[in-house]
Amino acid sequence: MSDSKRFLYVNRKAPHGTVYALESLEVVLIGAAFEQDVSLAFLDDGVFQLVKRQVTTGIGVKNFAPTYRALGDYDVKKLFVERESLEERGLTEDDLMEVTHENDDEEDVSSIEIVDRARMAEIMAAQDVVLSF
Amino acid sequence: MEDLGGLVVKFAVVVNEGPYTHQASDTAYQFTKSALDKGHEIFRVFFYHDGVNNATRLTVPPQDERNVQKNWSELAEKHSLDMVVCIAAAQRRGILDADEAKRHGKGDGSANIAPGFRISGLGQLIEAGIQADRLVVFGD
Repeated sequence: MSDSKRFLYVNRKAPHGTVYALESLEVVLIGAAFEQDVSLAFLDDGVFQLVKRQVTTGIGVKNFAPTYRALGDYDVKKLFVERESLEERGLTEDDLMEVTHENDDEEDVSSIEIVDRARMAEIMAAQDVVLSF
Repeated sequence: MEDLGGLVVKFAVVVNEGPYTHQASDTAYQFTKSALDKGHEIFRVFFYHDGVNNATRLTVPPQDERNVQKNWSELAEKHSLDMVVCIAAAQRRGILDADEAKRHGKGDGSANIAPGFRISGLGQLIEAGIQADRLVVFGD
């Protein structure tokens, strides 16, 4: 597609406490219909968005975490998580939920890639449009 | 501003924070105004998250303070700016145009969208990213 651009959605906030994560996800889902080259970045407190076994009943807000796992169905297949942000918060890859998509051989493969800060900078530099939430 | 060597740049502007609590809307306004003054194009200004609160006509700030909503409305009128408020974010926060007020049974006269703003979908944000040379996000 000739007018396809590289879109990066940068998620920097925890999933709850503010609405940024939820409304960012809404942009990603709507944006998926535009058939652009989409990536998501998770850094700073944004890495908490992908932590598995989230339960929100105690705070009375919608648990939208399952939506991340459906991103593959929307052709959103690249989720970059910053290693330093995980480590600074005492998290490892094992703390993150599984997000997968179907590859060309119809196998489910992980959409999550852990990258270091320098690589994240390269990923950002390679984009046409960076939406930061 | 970066020296663009006389080139006209088509910008899209995204405002993610409301008026007064946060500087983002003021800075976005100054950026937009400066870009237009220098002959650049603004493809669209998109208001999202609490940024939709910039679009209520019901704010009445003290007279010795800037009026953020009025600044935007006047800039839009002067330059025929396309200022779009996200419908989903607006509905959560009580920003309604006449059609939406009617559709949700909020009564005559409850529409509060200010002049120059229009309510539409998130697709308008993605389209702005596709069409503009540069998309600039103002927020937290």
